[in-house]
Formats: sequence, C-alpha cells, structure tokens
Amino acid sequence: MNIYLPIAEVSVNALVLLALGGGVGMLSGLFGVGGGFLMTPLLIVVGIPPAVAVATGTNQIAAASFSGMLAHLRRRTVDMKMGTVMLVGGIFGSAAGVQAFALLREIGQVELAVGLCYVVFLGVVGGLMLAESLQASRRVRKGGAARRKRRHNWIHGLPFKMRFRQSNLYISAIPPLVIGALVGLLAAIMGVGGGFIMVPAMIYLLGMATTVVVGTSLFQILFVAAFTTLGHAITNQTVDAMLALVLIIGGVVGAQIGARLGPRLRAEQLRILLALIVLAVCLKLGWDLVRTPSELFVLGEVRG
Amino acid sequence: MTRLLLLLAMMLASLPVRAEEVVAGLSQTRVAINTSFTGSEIFVFGAIKRTAPPPEGAVDVLVAIQGPSKPVMVRKRERQFGIWVNGPGVPIDAAPSFYAVATTRAFRETISFTEDLRHRVGLSEVIRLIDAPDWLVDERGDFLDAVVRVREAEGLYFIDEGGVRVTEEALFEALVDLPANLVEGDYIARIFLLRDGAVVDVYEQILPVKKVGIERLLHSLAHESPAFYGVASVLLALAAGWAASALFRYFVP
Repeated sequence: MNIYLPIAEVSVNALVLLALGGGVGMLSGLFGVGGGFLMTPLLIVVGIPPAVAVATGTNQIAAASFSGMLAHLRRRTVDMKMGTVMLVGGIFGSAAGVQAFALLREIGQVELAVGLCYVVFLGVVGGLMLAESLQASRRVRKGGAARRKRRHNWIHGLPFKMRFRQSNLYISAIPPLVIGALVGLLAAIMGVGGGFIMVPAMIYLLGMATTVVVGTSLFQILFVAAFTTLGHAITNQTVDAMLALVLIIGGVVGAQIGARLGPRLRAEQLRILLALIVLAVCLKLGWDLVRTPSELFVLGEVRG
Repeated sequence: MTRLLLLLAMMLASLPVRAEEVVAGLSQTRVAINTSFTGSEIFVFGAIKRTAPPPEGAVDVLVAIQGPSKPVMVRKRERQFGIWVNGPGVPIDAAPSFYAVATTRAFRETISFTEDLRHRVGLSEVIRLIDAPDWLVDERGDFLDAVVRVREAEGLYFIDEGGVRVTEEALFEALVDLPANLVEGDYIARIFLLRDGAVVDVYEQILPVKKVGIERLLHSLAHESPAFYGVASVLLALAAGWAASALFRYFVP
C-alpha cells in the first residue's frame, strides 16, 4: 500500500512507515527517549530526502513528547521553572539551528553535517551509556547498592543563582540555559528531541532529582520540537504533514506496546540494549561517511 | 510585386511536399497525483496520414516525453580527512525532471545525429550547461553524464529502443511508464515520424501532471502560507499526542 508524500515528492509504502513509527515508538516507550535519533536516519534509508526527514522528525517528536509530558504532569514530575529556563535557551538554539540548516542546504552539505553530528553524538552517548550500564550491572551482581554522589563542581560557582524547588536545586541559571540552547541547536540540525543528551546532562551536570528529569526533559523537548517544526516549515518548507501523520499513528501504538513490555524486562539489560542500538546506528552512519560511494556525483537543487 | 510572387513560388517549390503526416493521441490528457499515486502508464497511439503511396524504405516513429526543465546543482564527492565531502557545485542550466524516449529501432538508427541536434531529442541534447566555470573545462562532460546516470538510476530518464510498434506502415503504438517520483508541471509529448533518420513530421501534445486533492492542498499550503502550515502541523501533532495520552488512560487506568 503506497502513499504519495506531497512535500517529500516520493511514493513510499505506508505499512513500512507505520512499522517504522511503531518500532521507534516502542523503543521510546521502553527507554523513555524520543527515538528521533533512530527515526531520522531510518527515514533517510527509506528514501525520504534528508531535509524532509529532519523537519518532519521534529514534528513527530512534538506529538510523542506532548503525550509523554501529559502523563508526567498528572504525576507532578515536571519542574516547570527549570523547564522554562532551559526552554529560553532552547528557543535561541533552535532558531540558530534552523538558520544553520538553511545555510548548509545552500552549500550542499546537509547530509555531511547531519551525518557527522550523528556519528559524534551517538558515539559519545552510546559509549558512555554502555560503560555506565555495564558497570551498574556488575555492581548489581555483586550486591552493592548503586549510589550517586552530589558533587560540588565549578558549575555551582556561577552567578545568577535561582532556586528550583522541584529539582531540589539552588544553582546558577547559566548551565540550564546553555544545555537548553545546545539541545535546541541539535534538534534543528539532527531532527532529534535531544532527550538522549539532555537526560544525562540534567543528572550528571546539574545534579537534578531523578524523579523530575524525564518529565522536565519532555517539557523542554515539546516546546523546542514545536518551535523547530515551525521554523523548518517557514524557512525551508520541508515539513511533510502526511508523513508526520503516518509516523505519529505508528508511534502512538508502538509507545503503548513498549510501555507495557518495559516492566517485564530487566532495567540493566534494557539499558545495555539501548546503548548497543545507539552504537549500531552510529557505526552504520560512520561507515557511510567513510566508504567509497558507488556514485561519486550528487544532484541537488539550485536555490535563490 | 511579380518578382516577389516569383520568389514565393520558388520557395514553395523548393519545400519538400509533405507526403506523410503523423496524427497521434495519448491515453490520458492529464496525470493526477493523488495519495495512492504509484506511477502511471501513458499509452501513445497514432496513425501515419498519406496523400500519396508510401515511398520506398521503412518508416520509423520516435516518442519523447519530457518533464519540466529546472536548473540542477551537481556536486562531485571528494575524500577529505578520510570522509566523503561534497565538492563545489556546478549549476546545470536546464535538465528535464523526466525524460523518456521510445523508438522503433536502435536510437541512432532511428534518428540521425544532425536531426537529433536540430530537434534536441537525445539526452545529451536536452541537458544544457551554458556558462561552465573555468575550472570545469576538463570535467564538463563528466558532470553532464552524471546527471543522466543519476536520473537513470532513479528511473527518471530512459530510452526504450524498440518500444514503438508500427503495424502495416500506418498505425503505431507505444507504452511509456511514468514513475511514482514525478514532479509537477507541463510535460511535453513529441512524436516524430522519420525516414532514413530524417524527420518527416512532428506532432506535439502537452500532458499536464498535477497534484490533486489533499496532495495539492498540502503542497500549496506549505509553500504559499508556510506559517499557517507550520502552526497547523504542530497543532496536529499536539492533538495526536493528547489523543494518545487520553486513549492510553482510558484503556489502561
């Protein structure tokens, strides 16, 4: 069953798209990540032009994160104040990212930039996550309790201190602003929500209470993804509503399956699995950058 | 005045009498791209009209369907620091988004080189690069060939030699496959009647390819009112997210 996508201008099997949305949705239900880092590369593999894949990916992330955030709002595990500070940074980062994306498109280096960003970030995050979860699973086997030290580092010496009651923090507003901006920038260039970067940053850099990390991250991702979608729609005209709709339907169903499967699996094994998936995507994209392509020439559009 | 008339008479006499003409039709007068569009088949048929008995030798028919031409940027990938990077772009002035040719015999047997040049039939004639940058001199041909190669691989350019069947020296038919990745615009179908590689008559028909229904609506919204389209996309996502959350709560309390 093929479906013609009006903006991507290609005809793609709708069942493949549904399965893709469902598969990625399941992972996000299992692991609590948006899954954008898988969605965008997979869309490109299916034959969606990279520019459309990135922009439409952010639209799908807006849907997924809104759905997730509503659940966290009911459980009161969203630190609105922290989320808002990060969001202010995120809006600036996203605006810069959309402009950077348009520029990259003009000089014909979108694929390269997107590919490089993916390889670097997936490699670092996947590697850290694998090391950390292997360590944790060894600790669990030994029977020792996992502990987390609240370190007092240079971050706590910065000015403009604010009190974040729900996160149980009294820190400068600068680090959340910077993290927010970085995530916004990445969201626009890579078509991801940035959860896989933001969650570790909130825990390890800011030392936030873990109970509010996921909800707050989703709060910030929602607004950045919505803003980025808007930016791409206006600047690049690359948001494919038809594609987004199919992906969202698949993703919603997948997320429910994933959320039900989650409790039946062991948490440590799950995290090792996620780390391996992240590293596998990283290796595949890295290989594509290095190996000799079968066609040395690429066609692009002339703009302006 | 008499001299002028004489000149006119001479000119008319020097013109070859068109003993043969081609009349043709397409199975579709337009192509509509809707949600379930997976490509289309265009059936080209026609007849050869004669005012005199057919001359010696075989008659050939060539069908060319051409999509709207647009400039295209061609880049050559180069290895830098171990990874493949797009090199500087060469803007090709015009390359059709789609080009299909069907002939009765091998392409060069059907149409001679000079006629090919005159009527711009072959692929090398329809792709134009007017102002090539100076550094390109040696590689000009490579860049033009690349356009043909890439588009052939995408199924957008093809030559179907022997794709036109002529029956009884009078009727002909051809089937041209339009792929799913078509670009909108006015396509031009040209049907050439040839003898010994020389063009005897040409018939031309325009075949509009347009998105229809929701495809048309979304495409024009995205390009004409991008702000509204962006807001609508976000609202759609939020509504879907809320619906998912509500459904989830309803079924799994």
